[in-house]
Amino acid sequence: MIRINCPYCGERDHSEFSYGGDATIKYPSLDSSEKEWTEAIFFRKNIKGFQLETWHHTNGCRMWLKIERSTVTHEIRSVKPCHPDLQKVVENNK
Amino acid sequence: MKTSRLKNYGKINRDNDLSFTWDNKKYKGFKGDTLASALLANNIGVVGRSFKYHRPRGIFSSGVEESGALVTVGSKDRRDPNVRATTQELYDGLKASGQNAFPNVNFDLAGINNYLGRFFASGFYYKTFMGIPPFEWGKGTAIWMFFEKFIRKAAGMGSASTLPDPDSYEHAHDFCDVIVVGSGPSGIAAAIEAAEKKLDVILVEQDSLIGGDQLSEYEFDSSHIENQIKNLGIKVMTRTTAFGLYDNCVVGLLERVTDHLLLPDKTLPRQRFWTIRAKHIIVGAGAIERHIAFNNNDIPGVMTVNASKHYLNRYGVLTGKKIVITANNDSVYETAELLSEAGANVTVLDSRTNFEIETNKTFEIRRGYVPYNINGSKKIDSLDISKSKNISKSETINCDQVLLSGGWSPAVHLLSHRGVKPKWDYENACFLPSDTKENITMIGSSRGLWNKNDCIASGVAGATDALNRLGISKTNYFFPKPGGWKNPIKPLYEVKYNKSRSKSFVDYQHDVTSDDVRLAHREGFISVEHLKRYTTLGMANDQGKMGNIIGLSLMADLLNKEIPEVGTTVFRPPYTPVSIGALSGRNVGKHFRPLRVTPMHQWNIDHGAKMIEVGLYQRPWYYPKENETLSNSYIREATTVRKTVGICDVTSLGKIAIQGPDSSEFLNRIYSNGFSKLKVGKARYGIMLRDDGIVMDDGTSWRLAENEYFMTTSTGEAAKVMSWLEELLQTRWTNLNVNVTSVSEQWAGVSIAGPKSREVLNNCVIDSSVINNNNLPFMGVTSTFLKGKIPCRIARISFSGELAFEVYVKSDFSNTMMDLLWENAKKNDGCLYGLEALGALRVEKGHVTAAELDGRVTIDDAGLSKMASSKKSYIGSAMRKRGVLKNNDREILVGFFPANLKETFNAGTIVCEKHNIKGQGIGRITSVTYSPELGHWIGIGFVKGGLDRWKDTILVGADPVRNKQMNLKIVSPHMVDPKGERMHA
Ligand SMILES: [Zn+2]
Repeated sequence: MIRINCPYCGERDHSEFSYGGDATIKYPSLDSSEKEWTEAIFFRKNIKGFQLETWHHTNGCRMWLKIERSTVTHEIRSVKPCHPDLQKVVENNK
Repeated sequence: MKTSRLKNYGKINRDNDLSFTWDNKKYKGFKGDTLASALLANNIGVVGRSFKYHRPRGIFSSGVEESGALVTVGSKDRRDPNVRATTQELYDGLKASGQNAFPNVNFDLAGINNYLGRFFASGFYYKTFMGIPPFEWGKGTAIWMFFEKFIRKAAGMGSASTLPDPDSYEHAHDFCDVIVVGSGPSGIAAAIEAAEKKLDVILVEQDSLIGGDQLSEYEFDSSHIENQIKNLGIKVMTRTTAFGLYDNCVVGLLERVTDHLLLPDKTLPRQRFWTIRAKHIIVGAGAIERHIAFNNNDIPGVMTVNASKHYLNRYGVLTGKKIVITANNDSVYETAELLSEAGANVTVLDSRTNFEIETNKTFEIRRGYVPYNINGSKKIDSLDISKSKNISKSETINCDQVLLSGGWSPAVHLLSHRGVKPKWDYENACFLPSDTKENITMIGSSRGLWNKNDCIASGVAGATDALNRLGISKTNYFFPKPGGWKNPIKPLYEVKYNKSRSKSFVDYQHDVTSDDVRLAHREGFISVEHLKRYTTLGMANDQGKMGNIIGLSLMADLLNKEIPEVGTTVFRPPYTPVSIGALSGRNVGKHFRPLRVTPMHQWNIDHGAKMIEVGLYQRPWYYPKENETLSNSYIREATTVRKTVGICDVTSLGKIAIQGPDSSEFLNRIYSNGFSKLKVGKARYGIMLRDDGIVMDDGTSWRLAENEYFMTTSTGEAAKVMSWLEELLQTRWTNLNVNVTSVSEQWAGVSIAGPKSREVLNNCVIDSSVINNNNLPFMGVTSTFLKGKIPCRIARISFSGELAFEVYVKSDFSNTMMDLLWENAKKNDGCLYGLEALGALRVEKGHVTAAELDGRVTIDDAGLSKMASSKKSYIGSAMRKRGVLKNNDREILVGFFPANLKETFNAGTIVCEKHNIKGQGIGRITSVTYSPELGHWIGIGFVKGGLDRWKDTILVGADPVRNKQMNLKIVSPHMVDPKGERMHA
């Protein structure tokens, strides 16, 4: 039972969100090789502890969020918009 | 066992008589009774038959750990099996009966199983059913199926009603600072302390009254305390069990709202499933008294010591006349005094020799004595006892009740749900809760405190711990040391007596004996988790609350280890059973999932549509005339579309507005085919791939203006595509200036298809010139007005292969649009058509939908290689060229005819080579239909190597589900008008 403090909507239950995936992946450009894409898509670390991941506030503001979550305790350390420009706006408004 | 109701004892309301039936006979009880106390008061000793051996069983306890008195309560659609009589409150008119016996628990024909024990020893099922042949078509499962019927029948513990559940259930949520589980002395103290410090507190109690163990005290009155704590603003929830602890301080509660009433109030749910989000959890769940394993330790009349005290002081029932208490600890002496004061003849066998105890000397204490066998069958006649465990000098005591206390097990279950392993305490012979970093504090006897003052002190300490951890205070506190008895407990788990073949029970409810544990050890199942599964120890619905520790100690003995080295099994939620009804709450029947309807839903129904579910949507399936069947109807509809014109509601398609200066670039990246050169006023069919090169979805995008597109997606993938586009724009291509908005609900859409579709539309638009062949060519898009000045978007798009248009209006105008189109379609001998006809038309054309694009299919597999641009890169363009997706054995889209055109086939049919009909074959049929155009059944699907490899070979369609086989001819998937001349007309 995770509670996520959405920067736009406030603290909400995780059932409003959908899990995305690893937020640290740098997706290669579209014309990159099969090898580069294979690594970006299929190779994942199995982290024990805090990891950065994307979540979509599907039943809320529809923003994609970058969340630092512990895979052991589900503790959430930070929640930010994925989009860098929006991240700046949120930080400036703090 | 001779029981009696005593005048001056108990907290029952003697002015409030209740009548109830047990096995069809009428009895009386009082308000405040449980079913168990009322049965005892009526001197009913045998209340059930055991699981495997059908041995007569009585009432072992007075609480949730009960493993003997499992009964069926209620009748007809409210028949509930496996109810613990010890927690079922008595109500007027309650109907209950014994289980697992025929004709009744007193005379059970299957009692013979007791003498056939060797067939039921642990591992019987595993040994008997090993080596069942592997599952293959049509064979192999028969052996299991044959035995299953008998096993299920023999093993049943009561049976649930097969009628629909007449009751409703609710899901509810609440928040608080501190939730306190358990209203014993420690829980009350904690709740008061926290509430006095201004915290928002919820106090949960599984019993109908608060007080916990104090309800077994003669003087205790729970109403005083209840008033006091309610005045402090504490929310008190009785009849509510905290069945599980979850991440981040979430507690799952089951509130039994009307289980204590005969006819529930219709405005109330039967049970409420609560999700409580707390900041801190305090658990004072108490401790559970253990029994002792020895021969025939299950004869009705055996009970835990504290249960007997509870029946006396809470219900005024003295559970025996001549009582032997067998124990290894100090906790039993208070009960011994109480029972003898109440008039029973009491003897205490204490396995210890050196201990000091002060008593009122109204009963005899036999130091160093242990029980080793009970004589009797449906009631206790006498008890064989011995000085010391190696049964030498034995002696027999006549008695009608044997009370057991092998020590106490703190209820560490809830903490165990959080993955916190308990630690073994040698001094107190029990598992104690370990510390946790989570905001959970264990108090009272669930942290191994045996006396009341220590419990109260631990409650205050627990609340202080909560305040400190929440950053509200910084106060020193300490918890009393575990224990609290004057003399140490001396472990006593089993008294072994080999000279008789009688059974000595470890787990009453699953009939697991000491010998079963030894057998498991001999056969190598020595890990606790294996032991548990092999013998089913602790897997009954009491989850081993009484028997687990005894099982562990036996295994530890066999392995020459200590209990903590053998380990402990992990407790998982729920602490006590939770009904399926409570889990589903209101999400049943029509409310099982949300219902989506199109704005012209009622219009469709009014015009005769039969509806079908597509994902969450209700869509028109077919529009039967008079006595038409589904197939009559869809064949007529499809034929009409090809001959004149048909109208079909396509509103459920996903619709997305794509706006902004980089919209063209965006579409060019997400679709496999080129979009950068699409002109304003044109639409294009596009395919989206996933990152890994597999097809995600298909649809059309219409360029409405330089920087504005209108995208349609399939019905099923609409939500996924929307999230995907948002993800790309917010996480990957953050410099693209594009905005996406779901407009699925805003636009109502209809497809008008057939050679006369333009004629129909001509009469519906204000300016018919905008839709002529020049102004609106194939794949053309226009924004114009329907008659009545209704703004609309029209695209000349065809899914059926006929001349066809898709028309969209704002949802509010949907019915007006339908009236207008239908009026003019009728004039042209047109029809309304549903999904079944739509399917027939598209299968004839070999168009793929969700049935084909199932997440495993590539663009090449679907025969759409032309849709993959070689001039640009797009999502999936690198990965779709992976070796595995390009190998020659990929299953490729083809069409199917039955070799004998009179035959039919079904979707799901497995395609095989003639002499190799097995396994997954070489392909599958995904969609089938009767083709009105061709006059026989056709299908599309996939075959390894595709049409080129098989066009001259007859293959076999195997349909093991329907036990059917037919020969198939492989053809091009484009079965009607392959050149597409009609839609360009
Ligand atoms: Zn949000």
